[in-house]
Order: sequence, then structure tokens, then C-alpha cells
Amino acid sequence: MDFSFTEEQTLLRNSVQKYLQNTYDFDTRRKVSKSDAGWRKEVYAYFAENGLLGAAIPEDFGGLGGSAVDTMIIAEEFGRALVIEPFIQNAVLAAGFLKAAGSTAQKETLLPAIAAGENVFAFAYAEPQGRYNLADLVTTAVKSGNGYTLNGYKAVVSGAPWADKLIVTARTSGGQRDAEGVTVFVVDKNAKGVSTRDYPTVDGQRASEVTLENVTVGADAVIGEVGGGLKIVEKVTDEAIAALAAEAIGAMKVLNDTTIEYSKTRKQFGTPIGKFQVLQHRMVDMFMNYEQSVSITYMVTLKLEEEEAERKKAASAAKVQIGKAGRFIGQQAVQIHGGMGMTDELNVGHYFKRLTVIDTQFGNVDHHLKRYASLG
Amino acid sequence: MDLNFTPQDEAFRAEVRAFIEANNPVHLKGVRRGEYRQKEDFLAWHRILYKKGWLVPSWPAPYNTTTWTPTQKYIWNEECARAETPMILPFGVSMVGPVIYTFGTPEQKERFIPGILSGDVWWCQGYSEPGAGSDLASLKTTAVREGDHYIVNGQKTWTTLAQFADWIFVLARTDKNAKAQEGISFLLVDMKTPGITVKPIITMDGGHEVNEVWFDNVKVPVENRIHEENKGWTCAKFLLSHERAGIAGVARSKNAIGRLKDMLAMEKIDGEKLIEDADFQRKIAELEIDLAALEFTELRTLASEQAGKGPGLESSILKIKGTEIQQRITELVMEGVGYYAVPFSDPLAHNEFAPGPDYAEGVTQNYANMRKTSIYGGSNEIQRNIIAKMVLGL
Repeated sequence: MDFSFTEEQTLLRNSVQKYLQNTYDFDTRRKVSKSDAGWRKEVYAYFAENGLLGAAIPEDFGGLGGSAVDTMIIAEEFGRALVIEPFIQNAVLAAGFLKAAGSTAQKETLLPAIAAGENVFAFAYAEPQGRYNLADLVTTAVKSGNGYTLNGYKAVVSGAPWADKLIVTARTSGGQRDAEGVTVFVVDKNAKGVSTRDYPTVDGQRASEVTLENVTVGADAVIGEVGGGLKIVEKVTDEAIAALAAEAIGAMKVLNDTTIEYSKTRKQFGTPIGKFQVLQHRMVDMFMNYEQSVSITYMVTLKLEEEEAERKKAASAAKVQIGKAGRFIGQQAVQIHGGMGMTDELNVGHYFKRLTVIDTQFGNVDHHLKRYASLG
Repeated sequence: MDLNFTPQDEAFRAEVRAFIEANNPVHLKGVRRGEYRQKEDFLAWHRILYKKGWLVPSWPAPYNTTTWTPTQKYIWNEECARAETPMILPFGVSMVGPVIYTFGTPEQKERFIPGILSGDVWWCQGYSEPGAGSDLASLKTTAVREGDHYIVNGQKTWTTLAQFADWIFVLARTDKNAKAQEGISFLLVDMKTPGITVKPIITMDGGHEVNEVWFDNVKVPVENRIHEENKGWTCAKFLLSHERAGIAGVARSKNAIGRLKDMLAMEKIDGEKLIEDADFQRKIAELEIDLAALEFTELRTLASEQAGKGPGLESSILKIKGTEIQQRITELVMEGVGYYAVPFSDPLAHNEFAPGPDYAEGVTQNYANMRKTSIYGGSNEIQRNIIAKMVLGL
């Protein structure tokens, strides 16, 4: 058992931290978030050039050949800075699908493009009726000629406004919620029949509603087995959950540190409010929630390669822990900051909102408690 | 970072597992401590480990020749929990023993350590007083010097298993004029000394675990004082911060949840197994997830210890979360049993008739008894004060 980071990993963390300190201060982020583009291409290009997007992509395919621990380090630092650019969508989700189930040809063309930032992906899986059930799909893909024709509607596709490619789940057979019959496709966002409506999300990011109307793709657009995609989707979303957990602990840490600092300077009744025991204990509970979240982030990250049931339990456990902790820490950070915590001007509310959104991504606390329990 | 045990660790696990299987006093398996009838029941496992040389893996040489890594200690705890071995009483080996080998004179070490290790001398802890619980330094028991002796007067309380004790270690005030923490001395007192009276306290579960210990002009030789006069607080603090490994009880809690689930598979609700009930499943899932996070918090603590950084102040988290989880388990066991949580099982006498399934016996009393865990050892509120001050800098 070893919980230490390698020298390379420490260097990675330091360099990401340094870059974000210089380019990703809170005011800049706020301006970028409200700009027309909503992100900075040059920041994304920096991620590519410095190997962050390809950190966990094999060296043969243009990456650095790192592990989920590297992803965790990057995501945690991104969480601290509230990075907007779509790291998890690409480095974890798109790359994850290709690594887990891509054909050699797909890996050879797409993985280097992800690592280099040449293609930007978004993952279009959720549907309005499906809530958090990854198999609940109305979107269909029907065999036509050598390929498939897709029809359907995808909801709240995170990062899609910046993407040129989509990974789409669709049903090739079976009933609406069957485990069998789910297939994963790569679809060009500018393909005929794909239309998007873009909008901001409450956490300062962007998403799209995506309509697929008689979109035709070739047989080579299928990632993995036709009809056997659910297992891959589950694996890759579990990997995304691990990265989200890391992002969440980065955000929680900032809220905790900010709150403690504030409580030492803010005076009421002639005393720093941090001297009030009721607030001290609240902040200790925030601290414990954070530490327990760090622990479970390590756990899920280190268990991603274990057998399926063990991996799923770890991912659900992590999602429950960070969901609860994120809500508690977010709420208490706002509470202890008082009126200031309510403002758009202070960073606290922005971390609060990001943590709130993280709970909904890939299933909230309730969803994952059920999934955890169902695994025995 | 990885979760793999080394081949040496795996070999160690096999070795301790085989030893435990061969030596665990099976007649005590599954018996709650409060139900032990004999003094020797408490000591059975202690004596076995002493003989094997595995009693005090955290002690330094020359008292201990076993040098287990933190990972090996973790494995040891896991294997003991899995086999439901009896717990080792902490008063000698984890409390007064380390104080004596750290602060004692060579004569004191020679005199007291062998009995602690062999289990022949039973120690109890004279810390808390009626007016000094979490605020330990406000204690009022006095030790007044008269020649070669101190004359001790006062009352200690919550003294666990004092009814069996041969010796007691006592914090007493030797300087009334000094500031609270500065006038205290650490004394070792023979329980047979005239003037000592032990009065049982029956707790709400009906058990006799704790006692009042009264001191009425008790003569204690000066040579029984550990460390300098008025330096007892140093010993007390050392004792409280020592040996926090395993304080979270993660391995035992894991095992207890396993037993809870076995039980829920036998209980019924609306014709179905209770373990299939969605509401109950949710409670179990929340508990297990809490415990999974705590397990990794403990592992992180061990790793930092192994890296020579010391266990750190996370140990307060281990105490708070560990006891919350232990308590929660007893709640769910009680809830799981339904009506058969109601019969009273007298821990001080064999019930002639124990209604309901075996696993239901005494569950509410166990739930009641375990409320102590968030109160003792520095209440969980005191632990929060410690984190607020020492970690958060508030």
C-alpha cells in the first residue's frame, strides 16, 4: 500500500498550480465565463501543449502514458481554480471510450487529436426522460446501408458549444431501459441533421441541447460492440466520477480555507467570528467532510481497474460522499460568509454553484445510494 | 499510489491469520465484553499474545522485539476483527505502560512493566472526577506530601473495571496554588492501600463496567510518583495522544456491519427480507460509505506515519467518525430487530428465558452502552475543539 505521489506527479501538480495562479485568477475567470465564447481557446491549447489532455493517454497515441492518479491531480487543481475548459469531457470521457473500446483506427486518429486539442469532444448521453439512468434511451440508431441513422434528443450536454465532435449513446435494439442494445457512436457536430441550442449553466460553464434528426454515420463511427455499449458507458462514467470527485475536493478545499480565513478577520460583537465555538465546530465538520472526501477520492481512483462490481461500488460511494460533503461545505461556506457569501462578486458563491452542479453530474446522491445498495 | 500489499505483507497476513485461528479463545467469540463472567476472560487473549510476543507491537525495545510496520498493524487489526478476537484492555499496555517507560525511573520500569506485560497486574485509570470530565485539569483530588508519602484524598469516577484492578494510576493536585495544569502529579497507587473504596456505577444498559473510586487519607509512597512533582499533566497529555492507531475501529466496524447484514437477511418486513427493504438499504449504504471513507482516512494516517511524518492530528477525525459509526451500527442492529429489541437481558445474571432470536439479545442495551464512545477519551466536542485549535488555527 502506498499513498505517496511520485516526483513526476508532484512536479505535474506544481506546474498546473503555477500556470493557473498566473492565468486563472477569479476575476479573469468571471469575465471569460460571461464572454461570448465562454472559454479560452488558448488555455485549452496550453493544456494540450503541456500534456494535460493526454496525461492518461498511452504514449503510442500521443499522450504521456500516465494513470488515473495523474488525472486526479489535474482535476483537483482545476477544481481549485474552477476551470471551465472541458478537461473531463475530453481527457477522461472521450479518451476513456476510445481507450476502453476504440478500434485501432479510431485510437490512432482520435486519441492523438484529443491529446493535441485538435478535436474537442462532448459526451451526449443524458435524455430528458432518463434522469440518471444511463440505459434509459429514446434516441435510436437504425442500421442503414453500411452505417446507421440516428434520431433523438440529448439534454444538457456539458461543453458541447465548444465541441466539434460528440460521443452519443443510442439504442440499436431492445426496450427503452434495457441494458442490452445500447451503442456508442462518434458523431461530427457539424454533420447534417445535428442541431444544437447553446446556453450557460449555473456553474459558469456552457451546455447544449442536441437534436439528432436522421443523422447518418458510417459503421466506423461505432465505439465498441453494437448493442453492448452500456458496460463501456458505465466504466467510463465511473472514471469521470473519480475525476469529478477530485475536482470537487479541489473546490471544497478553497471554500474551507476561505471560510476559515474570513472567520479570523470578520468581527461581530467585537470578536472574530472564528472564536465562536458554534462556528468552530461547524468549520471542523466542514474540514472532516473534506478529509473524508479526499479519502474516498483516493479510494475510487485506485479502484478504477478492479473488477466491475467493486469499481461500481467505489464510484457510487465516492459520488455519495462528495455529493453530501459538497452540499454541506457549500452551504456552510455561504452561511459563515453571511451576506457577502450571497454575492456574485465573491468567489464563494461560484464554488458553491460548481459543487451543486457536480452532484447532478452522472447521478446524484440518491441515485448512487440506490446503485450502491443494489450491488449488495 | 497503489492499494497493493507487498508479498511480505501478504505473507504476514497469512502468518497472523493462522496464529489467530489456532489460538483465538473461541469460548469468548461473539460474547460482548459486558457479558464476560470472569476476570480471566478479559485477560485470556492478552496472555496468549504476551506469550507469542505480539502484545505490544508499538512499544520500543527492550520491552518489545516485534517491529511491525503501520501496514502490518493495520493487517493485524483487520485479522483480529475478522476472527472476532477479544479486545485487549488498554489501561496497562496502551496507557500507563507507555507513561512508565517514557517518564519512569529505571527502578519504576523494572518494578511495574513486567506485571503490565504479563497481565498479572490489572491497572485502572484514575482521571475523571465528578467535577472534572472533559475539563480534566479542573480535578480536585489532592496529594499532600508528608515525609516519604503523599496523603491522597478525593474521588475518581467512571473508573472502568476498577472492580478487578490491582493498581490505579491517579492524577492528583500537588500544588493548590499553581495554575490548573501546572500543579498536578501522576501517582501509581496500590488498590489494596487502606482508605480506598470502590463503589459500582450501574450504567443504563444494566452493566457494571464503571465505578467510583474514593480516596480517604490514602498513603502513597513518593517513589510511586512518575516524572517530577507537578509535571503530571505532561504524562496525562502524552497518554491521551498515545496509541491512536486503531482508535477508529474500522476493522471491527466492518465486521459488525457484516453481522448486521446477516441478521437483516433473517428479519422480515411485509413478507420480504428486511435487507431487501429500500429504506433500510439506504441506511446501510450510507453507513458503509461513511466507513469506506474513514478506512481510507485511516490508511492515509498510517501512510503518513510510515513516511515518518507522525500520525498527525487527523487522529481526532478518526475518533469522531469512528465512534459515530460504531454508534450508528448499534442503532441499526436495534432497529433491525424490531420488537425483540425490547426484552431486557440482565448482564449481571443469566436470564432464564431469552425471548426472540439469539442475535436480538441485549441489542438495545448495547445501543445504550455505546453512547459512551462519543463521551469518553475526550468527548467528540472536545475533539472538535482540538481540530479547531490545532488544525484550523481558530
